[in-house]
Order: sequence, then structure tokens, then C-alpha cells
Amino acid sequence: MSNASTSSILQEVQPRKPWVNRSQSVREMVKPTLIAGIIAIAIVLFTGLAGPLGFYFSFVLAFIVVSFIDGMRHDKVKAIDKVMTTLVTAGFATAFIPWASILFTVFQRGASAIYFGYFTHDMSYTSADDELGMGGLSHALVGSLLILLMASIIAIPFGIVTALYITEVKGKLSGLVRVIVQSMSGVPSIVAGLFVYAVVVSRYSFSGVAGAIALSILMLPTVARTSEEVLKLVPDDLRSSAYALGASQMATTFRIVLPTARSGLITASMLGLARVAGETAPLILTAYYSAVYSLKVTGQPLASLPMYIFQNFSTGTDTALTRAWGGAAVLLSFIFILFIIARIAGRGSRK
Amino acid sequence: MSIATVEKPTADGPPRRAITNQRNASDKRFRAVVTAGAMFAFLVLALIASFLLFRGFEVFKEFGFGFLTSSTWDSGTGESLNGASYGVAAMLVGSVIIAVMAMFIALPFVIGTSLFLEYYIGKKIRAVLVSILDLMAAIPSIIYGLWGYLVLMPHAAGWASTINKYFGWIPIFKVDVENFDASPFISALVLGLMIIPIASSVTREVYSRAPQDQISAAYALGGSRWGALKAVVLPFGKSGLIGGMLLGLGRALGETVAVLLTLNLVFKVKFQVLASAGGNVASLIASRFGEAGPFEIKALMAAGLVLFTLTLLVNFGASIIVSRSAKAGQ
Repeated sequence: MSNASTSSILQEVQPRKPWVNRSQSVREMVKPTLIAGIIAIAIVLFTGLAGPLGFYFSFVLAFIVVSFIDGMRHDKVKAIDKVMTTLVTAGFATAFIPWASILFTVFQRGASAIYFGYFTHDMSYTSADDELGMGGLSHALVGSLLILLMASIIAIPFGIVTALYITEVKGKLSGLVRVIVQSMSGVPSIVAGLFVYAVVVSRYSFSGVAGAIALSILMLPTVARTSEEVLKLVPDDLRSSAYALGASQMATTFRIVLPTARSGLITASMLGLARVAGETAPLILTAYYSAVYSLKVTGQPLASLPMYIFQNFSTGTDTALTRAWGGAAVLLSFIFILFIIARIAGRGSRK
Repeated sequence: MSIATVEKPTADGPPRRAITNQRNASDKRFRAVVTAGAMFAFLVLALIASFLLFRGFEVFKEFGFGFLTSSTWDSGTGESLNGASYGVAAMLVGSVIIAVMAMFIALPFVIGTSLFLEYYIGKKIRAVLVSILDLMAAIPSIIYGLWGYLVLMPHAAGWASTINKYFGWIPIFKVDVENFDASPFISALVLGLMIIPIASSVTREVYSRAPQDQISAAYALGGSRWGALKAVVLPFGKSGLIGGMLLGLGRALGETVAVLLTLNLVFKVKFQVLASAGGNVASLIASRFGEAGPFEIKALMAAGLVLFTLTLLVNFGASIIVSRSAKAGQ
């Protein structure tokens, strides 16, 4: 008996944890949601705001009003808190509407372009406005893979070395290097393309290698910054233990630090790849586009997925646009796969 | 099957190493190589600046300051710089207008997203939502552009015409011709969407470092959740928010393809953001590049240098602000 009353008192004086989403607060939400929903339906039916977007915005507006009135039953502070909760949630949710729309459109419209031969044919005998059962993007897919592979060969070692300089060598210029990498991540992609055009393309020709150099410039900062974060997670105890056993710094780095951080470094590389896989602007100036399947990375233009989308968009007919969406679906799936690999590798490093 | 045996150290084994705090030769070499590798980033930045300057130098010499203040883009005969006239004023103004608009469009969503993820939901859902946000940041700009042109534009042109109808008396919302397609407004909407994940990941980081004891103190004084956020988190995270938004601004200034696909490039300084005409340095380069002769290429290089300098300054400012706010949090 006394026990029960003590516990009920305790429950009353327990500190509130407003950051925890209690089920009670979920239950509190039902009534305002219903009322706001009804008001929103009324607005959509009887005023100019129409369609799902109109419903959404009138729902948010109605919810703000309803939650204010609901809170005012308590006091003004509560009312403002409720209104702000609605606003913050709406700010978050609203940003997701266009993203959902992007994903939906890409895969829905892209699906009609994709058929089995899409991955085995190129566009050498097919023009962009031929019917959809013909041609494909094998050339673009292979070209993208080649360019990304070459870009990785440049960017990943230099990215990791840059991170090693900051975390292992801890040289005098660490701060400066960090600032430089930060600024490099802000280099507009078109400027990287212009630079490679000036240095490589204007002397030789459009080529896959030129595209890879441009992409590696954009990839390096991502790899360097993520690797730095990962290498910082390697416990200093491990380094000290290695030094205590008489290992040199080089041995410590290669035998202890890098293997420990391996999966994190894979994550860094994948994030770098995902960052540049969809870059279009630098490729317009460097690798350009060719409709023919080719493994030759020098001396001639090389196709890539973003340029495939861009070319089809520029053609502009209905079937070409559908092809562009198909390319977008393939590109997006590719980037998502890179992300998933990064995630899985990242999970491995935390264990 | 042979068994490997470890030889016991004997009296005449390897000589004892001298105890020293000097690094040995291989370590010195290792450190030199890594240092040289780290200078690569520095080298690349320097090379970009010097090559663009070198290639665009003739244009700067010919037009001087006029390159920044004139807005005609005319190749003339295309055989020399005489008779041609190049200026990036319209594109520069356009870039800034679009990027600043994008920043202000993104701002409420960045604040909402950061606060919501840090203070309104549990840890597990947060982890999921944050990885979705990261994924959204990785959507290529060409897909944003494609979507912006084919899906968003029909809606957004309608919104623009509504804004024009009710706020047309404000000069920037005026239009001369009733065409709301491919306007800076639509490009800014797309760019705003693109910078939300970038800016909010920085902002969220800083918000999450807000001193927990002060938040608890605000609750202890009977404050509501919003009271605590307003009194502690928002003031604390102000510089982080500014830094994040500036990073987004830098990204928006340099964006090429998303703008190229959603904007009607016109070589005229214009402040009417709803009208179907605008400019952007990056998309100027991409759109003129295909048909440019050798002298126009030089002008494009010069335009690239202007863009490079501008984004470098913005990003530099952003990273200083962010790192300062990070220090304040520790």
C-alpha cells in the first residue's frame, strides 16, 4: 500500500525527459491530427489549394493552429512549444517530399527504358529517339566504371597519404593541409574540368584518362577527410604498444594503424566514389561522350552514365527523355550500392 | 613437416641498438614521402589557379576590370580578341542571386532538420534518418536537374505566377513577359534542395555539441523543449548554422548541371527572379564550351578563375567559422 503510493509520487516527481518520444505524446497527437486532417480536406475541397501538395500544406497550417489552441488549454508556453514542435517536424518532413518524388520518378520512369538488352547494347546503331526496345547503355556503364577505377587509383592513395600526414606524421603543416583539403572540396566541378581541359585535353584529346584526372581532383578531399576521421579512431594505445616493442613509425603505420582502419578506409573510398560517380560537368570538358562501346581510355572520347543522361536530355524527345530516366535509375542504383558497401564496411570497423 | 624454432638470443647475437630519440633512416624517408604526398592537394590547388590564370591572362589583359563589369558575351569574328567582347557581370550577378536565394530557401529546412534529428527523436530512428540524409546528399546534380526540369518546373511555374500575382509590386518579383519557366527561382529551388543535406549535416554536428547541462538547467527551470532549444541550442549553434549555410552557398555558387538544365541563360544583368532569364558562371562555361573557338576558350578560362576565386573565398570563410564553432564546443 505505502509502496504503491511512494512509487506513484516518484512517478510524479521523476524528471521529464522531453527528448524522449513517449507513447503518451503519440496518443496526444491523435486528436489534433484528425481535426487538422478534416480542416485540410475542407480547404482542399472548397478553395484553390488542390492536389496532394495542397492537402499537405493546408494540413500543416491547420495543424499549427490546432496545436496552438490545444496548447492554450494549458498555458502560452505550452502552446508555443507545440507550435514549434509542429514547425520543426514540418521543416524536416517537407524536405523529404521532393526527395521521395525524385526517387519515385527516377525509378518509375526509368523502369520503362530498362530491358534485358539495356545492359548489353550500346547506342552505336540506335539513335536517341528510336523506340525503347533498342540500344542500351553498356558503353556508358563500362565507361563510367573505367573512369571511376582510374580516378580511384589516383585519389585513394593520395587521399589516404594526406590523412596519414595529419594523423601519423603530424607535421608542422597539418593545419594548413586540412584547410587546403577543405578548400579543395569546395572547388566547383566545372573548374576541375576546365583545369584538366587546359592541361591534358587541349594538348592531346578528349579521353577517359582526362575524365579520371578531373574526377580524382574532386574525389581526393572526400577520401582524405573521411580517412582522417577513421585514422583518428585508431586507439593511441596501439601505436604506443608498437613503439614500445621497438617498431619504427613506418612499421607501425603499415602493420598496425592501416590494417586496424582498413574497413574504415574502404568506407572512405566508397564515399569518395559515390561523390564523383554522378559528376557531369567535368566530363563534358574532359571525357566527353561516345555512343560506341569501347575499352580504350586514351585518344578518344569515352562514354559515361552522367553524360549518357545529359546527351539524352539534350536530344529532348519523349523516348530520349525516357532513356535519360533509365540512365538515371542505373546511376542512382550504382551510387546506392556504393553506399551500402560503405555502410557494411563501416559497420565492420566499429566491432 | 618442419617445426619453426625461435633461436634464443645468444651472447654474440645482433648488437644492442643504441637508445636514442632520433628517427632511423627508413622512418625519415617514410615521413618525407608522406609529407610530399600530402603536398599533392596543395600542388593541385596551386596548379588550377596558375593554369586558369595563365590561359585566361590574355583576356584579363585585354578587358581588364571590364571583364567583371560588362555583360556582353560576343566572340566577334572569333579570330582574335579584337572585336570580341567578353564580360561575366550578368553571370556573376546571376550566380550570386541564385545561390543566395537557394540558401534562404534551404535555411528553414536546415534548421528544422537539424533540430528534429538532434532533439525530437530517438537515437535509433535518428541513425536511420541520418543515413537517408547522407544518401540524398549523394544524388547527382544531373538527376536533380532532370527532376527539376521535368517534374518540378510545371508546379514551380505555377507557384511563381501566384507569387507574381500577389507580390508583383515588389521589384524583384516583377516580370516583363508572362513566362515563368526556367527562371532563377526554379534553379534556386533545386539548388536549395541540394544544399539541405550538406548544410544540415554540419549544423546538426554543432547543435549536438550544445552543453547538455545548460539544456537540463533550462528544463529544471520549467522551460519547455522549445524554451530550452531557444535559450541554449540555437544561440550556441548560430555560428555552426552560418558555417553550414556558407558551405551550401559555396556549393550552390559552383553548381553547373542542375542550373544548366533548369535555367534559361541570358546575358543581361537581371534582378527579376521569376522571369525566364538568368545567369550562372558555371553553366555559362558548360554551355559555351562546345562551340567555343580558341579565344572564347580563353575567356571561359578567365571566367573559371573568377568562379574558382569566389567559391574559394566563400568556402574558406565557412571552414573558419565552422572550426571556430567546433573549438567553442570543446
